[in-house]
Amino acid sequence: MEEVVNVVILAFMALSVVGIVLLRNLMAVVMLSGIYSLLAASMFVVLDAVDVAFTEAAVGAGVSTVLFIGTLALTPRREKPPAHKPLLPLIVVVVTGAVLIYGSLDMARFGDPSGPIHQHVAPYYLEKTGPETGVPNVVTAVLASYRGYDTLGETTVIFTAGIGVILLLGSWRRGLTPPPHREDDRA
Amino acid sequence: MREYLVLRVITKLLLPFILLFALYVQFHGDFGPGGGFQAGVIFASGFILYALVFGVGAARRILPNGILRAGIACGVLIYGGVGVAALLLGHNYLDYSVLAHDAKHGQHTGIFLVELGVGTTVASVMMTIFFTFASWRED
Repeated sequence: MEEVVNVVILAFMALSVVGIVLLRNLMAVVMLSGIYSLLAASMFVVLDAVDVAFTEAAVGAGVSTVLFIGTLALTPRREKPPAHKPLLPLIVVVVTGAVLIYGSLDMARFGDPSGPIHQHVAPYYLEKTGPETGVPNVVTAVLASYRGYDTLGETTVIFTAGIGVILLLGSWRRGLTPPPHREDDRA
Repeated sequence: MREYLVLRVITKLLLPFILLFALYVQFHGDFGPGGGFQAGVIFASGFILYALVFGVGAARRILPNGILRAGIACGVLIYGGVGVAALLLGHNYLDYSVLAHDAKHGQHTGIFLVELGVGTTVASVMMTIFFTFASWRED
């Protein structure tokens, strides 16, 4: 049963990516990328990673879609047709993909308990989180306590993003005119 | 969107539940899935929904620029402040064990405060980005 769910979700993900590549209407592309994120979130639920799924659904499918739509209000709704054939990028992508697939052949079998990922620090966290922190959700204990430095860094990244947007588009530029918006660009 | 009566009524009905759910995710992160990051995004999306339906101006009257910008900085300050508090109490930076009478309570307090900081910054930044983009053409 789980295999069927996996195949259906992955097939829909592949279809939405093909749609994103082929479509020129940017509004449809934004909607498809939101759908892609929601499918990725379902995939994480199937993999029992509910915390990651939660983040993907809230950030990927929710807020970034809204932010994309907000950006589309400032830009033309239609992508310009490419000036030349995308042969070189296509070759680069195919070669990179082939190398990644070749690399994945050496990875431990999916869910293999003797894989390196399950032998490194994971057993320590699973054993010590209860006695040391008393927090039932190991993910929260790792994020906020054991790996507190990383989360502080992530928060600073968000902080920097906010400061950057305020500096670039904030209200101190109110005197400047918005970018020109040609009607014929609209779909 | 003044003419969409259904949207306006449903938004007003949904809004308290969205914000309450955000607070639940924020403070229940130790026990279930969730935490500051997700909670901040959900909290922000509640206000973004309000701004989409009632206009950015109405949402900005509730949360003026000053509050949002203070929120962006306060979240990181709370996070860093917890680390400094641990330093002052004689332990390593961000070692929460000293924040209460025993280590487990200290860890609980530390995680609670740190997640609060993350949630504050994330919610303020998400709302700031959306409001800034959405009001660019109105200004």
